[in-house]
Amino acid sequence: MRRPRLRTGGLRIRLVVTFVLVSLISAVTATTLAYRESRNAVLKRTQDAIQTDFRDRVGEVAADVDTPPDRNTLNRLAANVSRGLGSDLVVARYHDLAASSDTTADQTRITPELRAAVRTTGRMKFQRVEWHGEPYLVVGTPVAFDDGRTSELDVFTVSSLRAEEEDTAGLLATVRAGLVPVVLLTAVLALLSARTVLRPVRDLGRATRTLAAGDLSTRVTVKGRDELADLARSFNHTADSLQASVTKLREQEERARRFVADVSHELRTPLAAMTMVATVLDEDADQLPADSAMAARTVSSETAQLSRLVQDLIEISRFDAGAVRLNPSDTDLAAAIRSTLARRGWTDLVHADLPDGVRANVDRRRVDVVVANLVGNALRHGAPPVDVVLRATDDEITVEVRDRGPGLPAESLTHVFERFYKTDAARTRSEGSGLGTAIALENARLHDGTIEAANRAGGGAVFTLRLPRRRTEERP
Amino acid sequence: MPHVLLIEDDVSVRDGMELVLRRHRYEVTAAGTGEEALAVLDGPGGASVRLVVLDLMLPGMDGFEVCRRIRARSTVPLIMLTARGDDQDIVTGLEAGADDYVVKPVTAPVLEARIRAALRRAEPATGSGNTEDHAGLVIDRAGLTVTKLGSPVALPPMELRLLLELSAAPCRVFSREQLLETVWDHDYLGDSRLVDAAVRRLRTKIEDVPARPRYVQTVRGFGYRFGPL
Repeated sequence: MRRPRLRTGGLRIRLVVTFVLVSLISAVTATTLAYRESRNAVLKRTQDAIQTDFRDRVGEVAADVDTPPDRNTLNRLAANVSRGLGSDLVVARYHDLAASSDTTADQTRITPELRAAVRTTGRMKFQRVEWHGEPYLVVGTPVAFDDGRTSELDVFTVSSLRAEEEDTAGLLATVRAGLVPVVLLTAVLALLSARTVLRPVRDLGRATRTLAAGDLSTRVTVKGRDELADLARSFNHTADSLQASVTKLREQEERARRFVADVSHELRTPLAAMTMVATVLDEDADQLPADSAMAARTVSSETAQLSRLVQDLIEISRFDAGAVRLNPSDTDLAAAIRSTLARRGWTDLVHADLPDGVRANVDRRRVDVVVANLVGNALRHGAPPVDVVLRATDDEITVEVRDRGPGLPAESLTHVFERFYKTDAARTRSEGSGLGTAIALENARLHDGTIEAANRAGGGAVFTLRLPRRRTEERP
Repeated sequence: MPHVLLIEDDVSVRDGMELVLRRHRYEVTAAGTGEEALAVLDGPGGASVRLVVLDLMLPGMDGFEVCRRIRARSTVPLIMLTARGDDQDIVTGLEAGADDYVVKPVTAPVLEARIRAALRRAEPATGSGNTEDHAGLVIDRAGLTVTKLGSPVALPPMELRLLLELSAAPCRVFSREQLLETVWDHDYLGDSRLVDAAVRRLRTKIEDVPARPRYVQTVRGFGYRFGPL
């Protein structure tokens, strides 16, 4: 049985990849959304706190500021606000005058757009900026007097958002760290679910293969009520009907064979009587009137033909029924073939190349049947000279029967061993029963051998009987 | 003319055979059953029967039993008629004592040739024979009699011919094919089971312990030999 293995494009790989992708996408999506939300919330709170503190502090400090302010006033203002806010950078501007709480600090973080926005709206504005790779919140507000006049004095503060950024970055790292086990877990779950899906699929595959190999009793266990269970049920149903039809066909075939065997046996008794007396007709034909003589001779010869046919039918029925047993004995094949030829008066018609010393454990009568059939066919359908060549190797013994006739039509080479097959369609009757080659092949197979039909390069047909030196059921 | 007892249940086949054999100038007694045939053998004409042709498929007493009963009272040559290819029937028939078998349907010339061959084999050999004593087994080649420790042994023709062939050259190994050729004439396709069956039957008659034969010994892989004693 083939081991299931990981295949690229296999169901298992596809399931795992899909599972992991789905879990990755959902995890990443959820994390991204949550991250953005929480980051925004954190930043908003910080911004609100900074803006409130800033507004309060500016309100406190601005009360003491004279207008129009001079450079010193602005410096003091910036320093005071900055001190109150925890030493963030604070910049105060009045028209072109600007003062910073920290003169060394870079003021470019306060963008012209923010300055313009504060100036034109006259309200507090903020902007997040990136500076040297770090996030900052820049807040600007105009200073208003108690009586509501605008002072044209703007104060800006720049606070670092690094702490908040780090907080949210930590959140992201935590989420990322959590994602790896989730994905791994998903992969494991995918493998497990692939197993539950793949096991029935594998069982079905195995069952299909054994069914195809000919074991029609193969069924699969139906578990659960899912689609795979449906499939298993369909498989079992298919196997049921297949088995039923095959059984029916076999029964019909068996009945047909039985019928042929029965008919042949029934024909045998009347034929035995007819065969016995047929020679009387032949012997006395000369003394009969011409018509009667002709009729008598016809009856006699056709009786012989019918008798051959029935005998062959009985023989082939016995092969079909598996009732044939080999009766092997140690045999000198050259002697056996010579005797086959001699008994039929073929010794002078055939050129035999039969080396001595080729011995095998075969059924002499069956080898006789095979050789007689092959040589008989060569003499009838081929043209002389007919060669019979015996050869032996360590593994097998071959008997080649060659003739110099027209050979066999290419399309009939594969059919010559079929029952009642006629090479020449025009010849509806032959001397044989039409079963001779089929019986010869059965006899060869009984020896675990075979017969091959071919055409020779130089013209003529060649039939080769191949017998293994050792048959499978023989013990070494 | 030789008297042939024909045992065949089918009327047409029996009549046909009788007709053919009469035309070949045999004297024929036909019987439809085994019982009838045994009655003929035991009757006044029984002694003149020179050969029996026995169909194995008989109603009532079957052919094998008829064969055994005939052998119990006579060494007359016996040819059995069997259905084609029923190999087991052939073996059983040979074991029961038949000398030869013919497969049905058979043509008249074939049957007549077999009968002639069987009769020829059963004829006493002419010429000067002498009596040989093989450790208690006395073979009279002229009179064609065999005695074992003084008492006569009745051997049907094929067993007798087999014994004569083997004992003519003690210790020489004969293959089954050789024996088929010389003893059975080999005028048809030989079947080595004929030899094996005849050897088995012969042993039950001449050996002290048939399972451990002294006279007719098996040479595994080659055939049979007479002795050494």
